[in-house]
This record gives sequence, structure tokens and C-alpha cells, in this order.
Amino acid sequence: MTTSPATALAAGCATCHDCRLLCRLPGTHGHGARCPRCGAPLHTRKPRSLERTTALVLAAALCYVPANVLPIMTVTSLGKAQSDTIMSGVVYLLLHGMWPLAVVVFTASVFVPVLKILILAYLLISVRRGSSWRPAERTRLYRITEAIGRWSMVDIFVVTILVALVRLGSLATIQAEIGAVFFGAVVVLTMLAAESFDPRLLWDRSATRRT
Amino acid sequence: MPLIACHDCDLLLHLPPVPEGDTARCTRCGGILRQRRRNAIERTLALSLAAAVLFLVAQAFPFLSFEMRGQVTQTTLLTGVLDLYEQGLPEISALVLATTVLAPMLQISLLLYVLLPIQLGRIPWQMAPAFRLLRRVQPWSMMEVFLVGILVAVTKLVGMADVIPGLAIYAFALLIVVLAGAMSSLDPEAVWEKLEVRR
Repeated sequence: MTTSPATALAAGCATCHDCRLLCRLPGTHGHGARCPRCGAPLHTRKPRSLERTTALVLAAALCYVPANVLPIMTVTSLGKAQSDTIMSGVVYLLLHGMWPLAVVVFTASVFVPVLKILILAYLLISVRRGSSWRPAERTRLYRITEAIGRWSMVDIFVVTILVALVRLGSLATIQAEIGAVFFGAVVVLTMLAAESFDPRLLWDRSATRRT
Repeated sequence: MPLIACHDCDLLLHLPPVPEGDTARCTRCGGILRQRRRNAIERTLALSLAAAVLFLVAQAFPFLSFEMRGQVTQTTLLTGVLDLYEQGLPEISALVLATTVLAPMLQISLLLYVLLPIQLGRIPWQMAPAFRLLRRVQPWSMMEVFLVGILVAVTKLVGMADVIPGLAIYAFALLIVVLAGAMSSLDPEAVWEKLEVRR
């Protein structure tokens, strides 16, 4: 192979996470160094990225089970109470002929969270095993998880709006249930996990392999 | 040509001058290095001012009305959050409050706080922390997701009752477009350069 590509890390520099200024790090590690332009703490890589992301992904995977098994809301209409989980909400939309919405809700609430957890888990494993396989494609996977995560919030918002709208005393009420809390936790945890992962770790190994 | 490193793969690159309206990408991983916008500061400021007005309208007026057998309930964004809180789900109500009210409000305020003085040729007090906070807040502002949530919720209720859209919902939909426009016309590097010139 050719010589390894020059990275900021190899040159003893760090890009500021906040204003993206390329800064020279003082000393060997530059602990406690700050960006001269915006004052943000400087790190060559996001601090403890692998540990943090692993913990957050595991927590999200744990919360994913109760989020899907427990009901997210209960509809009480004329004395009859009916609890809905995320899947039963999708099935309801399908049975009532609203399949485009069923697809939207299924994608946002079931597919996207699983996809995010799986992609992040794969990226973490690939970094830990020192894989140098297709870093550009793996970086693209990371960007996808960063972009789609927010859309999982749809179901939380649906419950909120239903609860707020349907408060008609004896006629009908809608109560939010504990499943919604777990589901909200999944969304927040996966978003934090994506934010704490450092895509540059995907490139570090391929750079050192070449030398 | 200034030396920079790609934020996604750490490659060191010489950044050629980026023409207005163009985007420079990393040659190795395709990450965005610099997105330069025409009249970035003026345009973002104008859209942020519009967003501030729309935000106030979206908060103050009824969002949706719901009618079932002669009984009408009206809801605004904040009463929805309050209902969840009263039902004993403070975590969820806090999450909804943060993502649909607080984060957009903070986003708009920070944009105005940083850009208005810059436009007038001044550097605002504590500009660096304020502008850094803006980047942190952005992922948590989820109004467009909320709008899809409204669509799903209303469709579910269609057989059961009449749902009448309020003024706030139109303001909200416009706000999403305007704020997205403000964020995409923002060129952070141009703002940071102002700070550098002053130092």
C-alpha cells in the first residue's frame, strides 16, 4: 500500500467539535486544551466514545422490549377500555384501510429504532475488532442513523395529541401508559448514542493498517 | 489554502476557496467540509425573525378542536403537555415540551441573539457559548415529526369525532418550513470568522 493518509491525529492536531477549527494540540495529549476561537474543550476523538455508545445502545436495546410489549395508551369509550401497544396501533390502521399511515408508523416506531440499534451495535463491534473493511460505507451507515433517529418520536407525539384532544369525561378518554415512557427512552437513548459515537474511529484502524 | 481536517474521518485537507452557494466535501469519506451560502447572515436572520413571529402565533392560538356529540374540547400545544403531566407521566410530558416548545424556542432565540448584533456590526456578549449551544439544541427540535404525529392522530379520530384545525396549526406548519430554511441557510463558518476577526 501507499503511505498512510495524513490525519489531524497523526499531525498532533484536533478539529474543534463545535466550530471545526483545526487546532494544534500542546504537549503529548493536550488534556484540558481549549479551542482558541470558540472556547470548547478540544479532543482528538470524542472522549470515551466507545464506552459511552456501548452503554447507551445496550440501555436502548433493554428498553426496546417493554416499549413494544407494554401498552402505550388506553382508550376508554362509553365504558369500554382498550389498551394499545405500538404494534396493535399499526394493525388498527391497517384494518381500517389506512395503510399509508400504517407504513409510516411501522417504519418510524418499529423499523427505525431496531435499525438504529443494529447499525450502532455493528459499528461498535467493527471498531472493537479493528475492522478496516469499507470505512466510507460504514461512515455512511453512521450518517443514516444520525439522520433518521428523530422520526421515531412520532408515536410519542400521537399519544400526546390524542390525550390532549380526547378529554370528554364520561364519553371518551385516552390515557397514556407506561410503554410510552420506555419508548421515549429508546428514542432519547439511541439519539444520545449516535451523538457520542465518533465516526473517525472507523478510519483510525484502516490508517494504521496501511503503514 | 487553509488546512482543515474532515470532521467525519480526520483526513487533513487543503480547503480550496468555496464559491457562494457551493458545498465542499471530503475526498475520502464524502463528509461536508463547508457549505457556503449566498447572503448567509442576512437570509438566516430574516427567516429567524419570521420564525419568532410564527412561534408566538403557534403557541398562543388553539391548535386543534375536537367535537364529539356536541361536546367541544380545544387544545393548544401547552395544554397537551399539561394533560400528560396530570396523568402522571412527567417524563413524557417533559420530552414533548422539550422537543416541540423549548428546543425550537431556544433555537430561534439563539439565532436572533447571535445574528442580530452581527448584522449591526457588533459581537454579542458570550457569543461563542451561545452559538455552540445552538448546534447542541438542533437535533432535539422536532416540530416536523410532531406534525406527522398530528396527521396520524387526527386520522385515527376521524371516524369518532370531528377534528377542526386551529390557526396555530397553520402557523406551526409554516414555522417548520421557515426554521428549516433558516438552519439550512446558516453558514456557521461565516459566523465563527466574525469572531476571529474581532480577536
